[in-house]
Amino acid sequence: MSDSATGAWNRWPRLRPARVAAVHDRDAALPALPAPMLAYGNGRSYGDVCQLEGGSLLLARGLDRFIAFDRATGVLRCEAGVLLDEVLRLAVPAGWFLPVTPGTRYATVGGALANDVHGKNHPRAGTLGRHVRAFGLCRSDGGHLTCTPQQHAELFAATIGGLGLTGLVTWIELQLAAVASPWLAVETLRFGELAEFFALAEASLASHEHAVAWIDCLAPRGRRGRGVFSRANATCGLADGPAPPRRRLSVPFTPPFPLLGGPGLRTFNRLYWHLPRRRHRIVHYRPFFYPLDGIGHWNRLYGPRGFLQHQCVLPPSVAPAAIAALLDAIADSGTGSFLAVLKTFGAPASPGLLSFPRPGTTLALDFPFRGQATLALLARLDDLVAEAGGAVYPAKDARMRGDHFRRFFPAWEAFSRHIDPAFSSSFWRRVMADLAD
Amino acid sequence: MQKILIIGANSAIATACARQWAARGAALYLIGRDPGRLAALADDLRVRGAGAVDTGTLDVDELAGHEAALAAARQALGGIDVALLAHGTLPDAAACDRDAALAMAHFATNGGSTIALMHRLAGLLEAQGDGTLAVISSVAGDRGRASNAIYGAAKAAVSAYASALRQRLGRSGVDVLTVKPGFVDTPMTAAFAKGALWARPEAVAAGIVRAVERRRAVVYLPWFWRPVMMVIKALPEFVFRRLKF
Ligand SMILES: Cc1cc2nc3c(=O)[nH]c(=O)nc-3n(C[C@H](O)[C@H](O)[C@H](O)COP(=O)(O)OP(=O)(O)OC[C@H]3O[C@@H](n4cnc5c(N)ncnc54)[C@H](O)[C@@H]3O)c2cc1C
Ligand SMILES: NC(=O)c1ccc[n+]([C@@H]2O[C@H](COP(=O)([O-])OP(=O)(O)OC[C@H]3O[C@@H](n4cnc5c(N)ncnc54)[C@H](OP(=O)(O)O)[C@@H]3O)[C@@H](O)[C@H]2O)c1
Repeated sequence: MSDSATGAWNRWPRLRPARVAAVHDRDAALPALPAPMLAYGNGRSYGDVCQLEGGSLLLARGLDRFIAFDRATGVLRCEAGVLLDEVLRLAVPAGWFLPVTPGTRYATVGGALANDVHGKNHPRAGTLGRHVRAFGLCRSDGGHLTCTPQQHAELFAATIGGLGLTGLVTWIELQLAAVASPWLAVETLRFGELAEFFALAEASLASHEHAVAWIDCLAPRGRRGRGVFSRANATCGLADGPAPPRRRLSVPFTPPFPLLGGPGLRTFNRLYWHLPRRRHRIVHYRPFFYPLDGIGHWNRLYGPRGFLQHQCVLPPSVAPAAIAALLDAIADSGTGSFLAVLKTFGAPASPGLLSFPRPGTTLALDFPFRGQATLALLARLDDLVAEAGGAVYPAKDARMRGDHFRRFFPAWEAFSRHIDPAFSSSFWRRVMADLAD
Repeated sequence: MQKILIIGANSAIATACARQWAARGAALYLIGRDPGRLAALADDLRVRGAGAVDTGTLDVDELAGHEAALAAARQALGGIDVALLAHGTLPDAAACDRDAALAMAHFATNGGSTIALMHRLAGLLEAQGDGTLAVISSVAGDRGRASNAIYGAAKAAVSAYASALRQRLGRSGVDVLTVKPGFVDTPMTAAFAKGALWARPEAVAAGIVRAVERRRAVVYLPWFWRPVMMVIKALPEFVFRRLKF
């Protein structure tokens, strides 16, 4: 097995497991491999939550069976390695959709649960974990358990957003959301400054189910914070709409240097901002929710050294000032971010002890990995997030400091009691390393 | 509703075929040796739209169990439109070179048991007067190689027998399909490093489903293995014996 088969999406750092074992049978015991071990879904995390250097990785994609689907109630039970894409292919024709979806449909259901993922509809739907009715957990010390909000309630809360550390999730039962068609009515608006973004976000809460914004973080100082806001609602009763684009583009190999980032980026951002676009469009769910999935292996565009993501959430009262401070820090560093995305997190509480979403505004950024300079910038961003009382998303992290992690996730100590003694991850070792001595 | 029997249904390639047939509403009868995994697959296929799914347990090495297993399948399905044989093992060639008993056991699983099942199914379909018998052989059966001698020899026997059945049954309206996959990324080949020549089981399965539908005789999957194997088969013996692959 080549190591790229068990890496993370951003390709940095590359941490090799000593052993890998494919899991195919949801009723079987854990493979008899030396501890520590960790489940690996489809490697769509950025960083080391899905990696375990020198340990045993359990490849969970082989758990790919549906178990039951009630087309009347939208309750779906499936194995943990089923891809979100496979759920959609089954559910959409039957009038159901994922209640919450991340920006890629190539995550597994188990991986999505372990990061308690969020989507563009957080203010209404909360995280995916809120729609999980039950799951099966296989532990090295307790065998197979069925966890629900009532049964093994503590393990239920620890496993949702539990970064794979509480054992192998074998199956999940989800409540899907009803949809009348695969199309959405999307409205796209340009905004000139951050304050306008916040106004639009606030105004859209009542009128729109989904909202997201892209910001141009390379804009000249006076224009900083300009961007494009899009918001959408499912269409109902639409019998026909545009077909999803067929996936044609793919990046066939890794170019020797990053193609994203560098001088072209400023021009791209400027053009993207000025691009004339229709304000109202009917769009298929795939390009709306999964724009990046349309280009196979887009992560290769960052070259052999890979890239880093930084995603944080900032509390509502300080979000406008804190985001401006983050954008200033990025501009001062001279590094641009290709993707800079803002979303709103609303009131629905996240069910997991280590869930990342909490009320406020979340900003996600991508940076080509350029060694120390990139690490220094991201450390600076962490400091700003910590000062503002926010948090950084572990699913997209490869380097935050342990003390920051513990400050962002104060339930870590309560959580750590539920870790399976045979499980660990490179992420967990890293954020706990400074406690060891 | 198409009535489909699959032997070795827990195989990755067979599972992928079953899912494509299930999505079209077929009725399926699954035979394998692990009842728990068969039951899990049956649920999956029902969710995906199969008209009906039943299962039966059989270790194909036990030839005495074949007749009853096939009768139960025919009974449950009410006739057989397609029978797919997909079980197989890929033995460690060096171990087989040292141990004759081990070699013969694998020859039996891949060769003898498969031919025995084909023999009985040919009779069933011939009596029925229609249907397709599809068997997964391998490009490995096209020419014997040192790196998988026993496996290749067994697959060669299967391919030869399929060709013979095709001649025999041609007049009775029964189709016989020989499937020759190249390298496929499945549990059988988990230990191999994968390169550009490797295919995914879903892609191979799509090729099998299509070939059954189009009543093809022999398919190589993916297609490029046909010219590749033509060249390999044409190599003179004095060249071939020196090759290391
Ligand atoms: C283009 C893109 C857009 C994204 N957008 C969003 C977004 O909008 N919102 C968001 O929240 N996330 C987003 N993500 C992140 C992604 O949704 C998560 O990282 C997701 O968890 C990846 O799932 P995976 O199956 O690939 O899991 P992996 O990355 O392989 O693993 C993730 C974690 O899940 C654990 N795990 C996997 N399977 C199991 C199992 N069976 N049992 C127990 N633990 C398991 C692993 O141990 C690891 O801790 C995005 C990622 C990409 C590439
Ligand atoms: N993978 C390749 O590269 C490749 C290439 C060419 C041809 N093929 C052929 O394709 C077919 C499917 O293989 P695959 O790649 O999908 O591999 P696989 O997933 O390992 O499937 C092989 C199946 O055969 C079953 N089996 C083995 N011995 C058996 C026995 N004695 N009785 C009953 N069932 C038995 C196994 O049952 P259990 O699940 O119970 O173990 C397993 O389900 C095989 O005929 C193989 O030779 C494969």
